[in-house]
Amino acid sequence: MSDLLKNIIRFFVFILVQVLILDKINPLHRFITPYLYFLFILWLPFRIPRLGLSLLGFVFGLTLDFFTHTPGLHAAACTLIAYLRSFLIGLLRPKEAVEISYAEPSVTSMGLMPYATYVLLLTFVHHAYLVFLEFLEVGNILYFFGKVLASTGISLLLIAITEMLFNRKSRYRTNVA
Amino acid sequence: MRNVFLFIRRYFNLVFFLALQVVALMILFRFNKFHESVFDEFSNEITGSVNSRFNSVENYFALKKENEALRQQNAELLNKLKADFSWPDSSQQFISDTIRIDSLEQYRKFLFLPAKVISNSVNTQQNYLMLQRGSAQGVTPNMAVVGPSGIIGTVVNVSKNMSVVMSLLHRQSKVVAVMKKGSGFGEISWEGSNPHFVTLMKVPKTVQIQKGDTVVTSQFSDKYPPGYVIGIVEEVGNDESSGSYKLKVKTATDFFRIQNAFVVKNLQREELEALEKSIKKN
Repeated sequence: MSDLLKNIIRFFVFILVQVLILDKINPLHRFITPYLYFLFILWLPFRIPRLGLSLLGFVFGLTLDFFTHTPGLHAAACTLIAYLRSFLIGLLRPKEAVEISYAEPSVTSMGLMPYATYVLLLTFVHHAYLVFLEFLEVGNILYFFGKVLASTGISLLLIAITEMLFNRKSRYRTNVA
Repeated sequence: MRNVFLFIRRYFNLVFFLALQVVALMILFRFNKFHESVFDEFSNEITGSVNSRFNSVENYFALKKENEALRQQNAELLNKLKADFSWPDSSQQFISDTIRIDSLEQYRKFLFLPAKVISNSVNTQQNYLMLQRGSAQGVTPNMAVVGPSGIIGTVVNVSKNMSVVMSLLHRQSKVVAVMKKGSGFGEISWEGSNPHFVTLMKVPKTVQIQKGDTVVTSQFSDKYPPGYVIGIVEEVGNDESSGSYKLKVKTATDFFRIQNAFVVKNLQREELEALEKSIKKN
């Protein structure tokens, strides 16, 4: 399957899973909101230019916003992590140029620790920004940190499960074809 | 001038990112203020059709509870039938005034339009529901929405076949409420944390209130039918800044499982608005 087709399918699957399943789960606690949809942005191929990443993040977030009736909220958060993504990959990638050998970020292409750091940081930034916008009018600092940390924890758990369930075959790309 | 262009070219990624952020934030804050935007018009039909398809599956899981609630409401309505009442004195006879019945339509104030809930949220600060009934079926913005057991919210946006309802669990929702005992007006709002509870403020201390008292909609509301249940007082507290009560109210509607709702149309609304406008003019 081509990268383009794969990512188009992922786009819709992530939106639908978030809207139809995760958003329907009764909150276990007022701090916890399960978010998984932004994993789409973390999984995008390396070779998309930064401009395209920002735009894609915006469109992806906005699509979710249509469903949740919060236009701009998820779009803002997704644009932010899509923009920061390339900097993080630049910092964390191994010495040899992975972009050439592998298509997209994963444990095999980046190594366990760098990939974990990459996911952790972007998840945290996404949640912090999202909750910050959502709670701009409340200003309860305990609430803010509680919600960011609890949601980040739950999201990381969900991402870990997703990574284990769907073993993405990151093929070593050669020019032999 | 050349330097400006060079700067823009060098930092084009950053500039583009910032522009997207500004656009996103602008829609976010504009929308929350006015509850309407061009944006919603075309998206409602699309997201609505996805939601209604999924909802037809999801419905089965809550059928039992839903039936229970509807049956209870049926029983309540049946109890209000004229046939259920008999006259204690045989010398008195009940005669319906036919002239009055002919013109009864004019006296009707509230009309209940049934609607199916196709999406609902409880876990954000701004919760909305979506109903499968739109302007083509007689829904207009600002109508009240009630459920079998209590009030749900207000219609804020309407497309042809769908409508968006601002849930009672919305940080900007405000409903005038009164204690069922007869006195003590106040205002219901949501603090944004627990979807089971709303807050009733501004009730003066002169009213005696206990845990377990029922809170209903007021007759002064131009949207909600009077006497419709909002919830039950769970905790009586004091609002120190104003010297009135601050009551924690458990909502009568279980917002986790809403499937059917009624859109309430106030048939005298136009007349009322015209009257209010004429007062403002003078």
